[in-house]
Amino acid sequence: MDRIIEQLPRFFSGPNMLLLLEAAGLTLGMTVMGCVIGFGLAFVLVFLRQTPGLIWLPLRVVCILYVEIFRRIPFIVVVYLVLFFIQTATPDASLFTIAVIAICLYAVAYTADIIRGGLESVSSTQIEAAQVMNLSRLQTNLQIVLPQAWPVIIPPAIAFAVSFIKDTALVSQVGVFELAFRGKELNNQGFSGLLVFGTIAFCYFLMSFPLSLLGQYLEKRLATPRGQRRSRKIRDS
Amino acid sequence: MPHLAVSGVRAKYGTLEVLKGINLTVEKGGILSLVGPSGSGKSTVLRALMGLTPITGGDVDIAGERMDYSSARAVRQARDRMAIVFQQYNLFQNMTVGQNLTLAPIKIKRRPKAEVEAQARRLLDLVGLGDRYGAFPDQLSGGQQQRVALARALALEPQILLLDEVTSALDPELVNEVLDAIRKLADEGMTMVIVSHEMAFVREVADQVAFMDDGEVIESGSPAQIFDAPKSQRARDFFGKILRH
Repeated sequence: MDRIIEQLPRFFSGPNMLLLLEAAGLTLGMTVMGCVIGFGLAFVLVFLRQTPGLIWLPLRVVCILYVEIFRRIPFIVVVYLVLFFIQTATPDASLFTIAVIAICLYAVAYTADIIRGGLESVSSTQIEAAQVMNLSRLQTNLQIVLPQAWPVIIPPAIAFAVSFIKDTALVSQVGVFELAFRGKELNNQGFSGLLVFGTIAFCYFLMSFPLSLLGQYLEKRLATPRGQRRSRKIRDS
Repeated sequence: MPHLAVSGVRAKYGTLEVLKGINLTVEKGGILSLVGPSGSGKSTVLRALMGLTPITGGDVDIAGERMDYSSARAVRQARDRMAIVFQQYNLFQNMTVGQNLTLAPIKIKRRPKAEVEAQARRLLDLVGLGDRYGAFPDQLSGGQQQRVALARALALEPQILLLDEVTSALDPELVNEVLDAIRKLADEGMTMVIVSHEMAFVREVADQVAFMDDGEVIESGSPAQIFDAPKSQRARDFFGKILRH
């Protein structure tokens, strides 16, 4: 304890704080980038998976396999796979890029299932009503299904991103200078592990908590638009 | 030439044949009503006409034009000429009443927005809901929603209107407001195929009734013929059960 108090002024010095701030930015940056891009790609994947007919069957199989495989691999293994694959292809790719790609690949698999669940929560009679008006599949999805699926999709998608902020600590394993990596570094410099990782823990909390609040806010806001309550009631009955 | 001619139409759910060669004709401005026990295939006839249940055989002609149900693209032609109102209304819950009516005419039929909106307001007036243009479906009663669904179908300017048990999901006191709206359409000469359990209403508005059982049309004729003097035993049994009380 004495050691911690004695180290306090030196630990909370300008350069150290800058270092941690930068690391936090990196953590948040790669999570947000990876998850946002992954979320977008997941939509494409879900859409491809809905394609009808026999011609598209191979594509559907690939999409299903992708989701099922990536959901069963530990994230750290995905990170190493991406690292070695990318480094063979383009040796000068930055570690940040590699981390974002790994997060993205992982996020696609998880959010695709969230999105699919959301789309399937919309009653098929809504889709039939659109079909008989000659709305195309894309129009039906954009105009009818998605607006009603958002409230089901958004909360778990944000929860996934929030929990992923923590999991990105794993990419420190390949040497990305994110929070956990810097923590180890400072610890190695002689700062008390308790002090360093206590501060790091607080940083993670500071990043996750507002996002969780945002998720809750969106959940409440999205739950009110007309129809959500009713359509859910009908489905439940 | 009949406005709608259905000949030998077959349909399957999986391996179960639910329509076993249906023959029906409706003249222009005529109202055909399909009656029969649950599971007899009445609603499936309408679903097949709209391309929601695949047709495995037979022909459908509208005003002498052969409809093609061979692919999702081809079905658009039939859907362009007919509109259906469902038992559960199926209004788009995320859209206002006005948007429900104008979506397809603007996006699919590519008609001018101002014209479509003016028409939507006229149609809502017709079904007695002129003041609910900006309301959301969940702010309306079942009867009101069903009348909106009727107006939405009319906004597509169909040649033929299909009504699939449109009053079955409604509370008894709301049935009449929907039937009144349909009566108005009948007076205006809309060609309609009506699946209904409201026998008194069918007798009043239909000029032709087809009794269906087990995926087949057992007999058809004027309402008086079918209701008062059915020839087949199956029809006699059915009407005996429902008209006795």
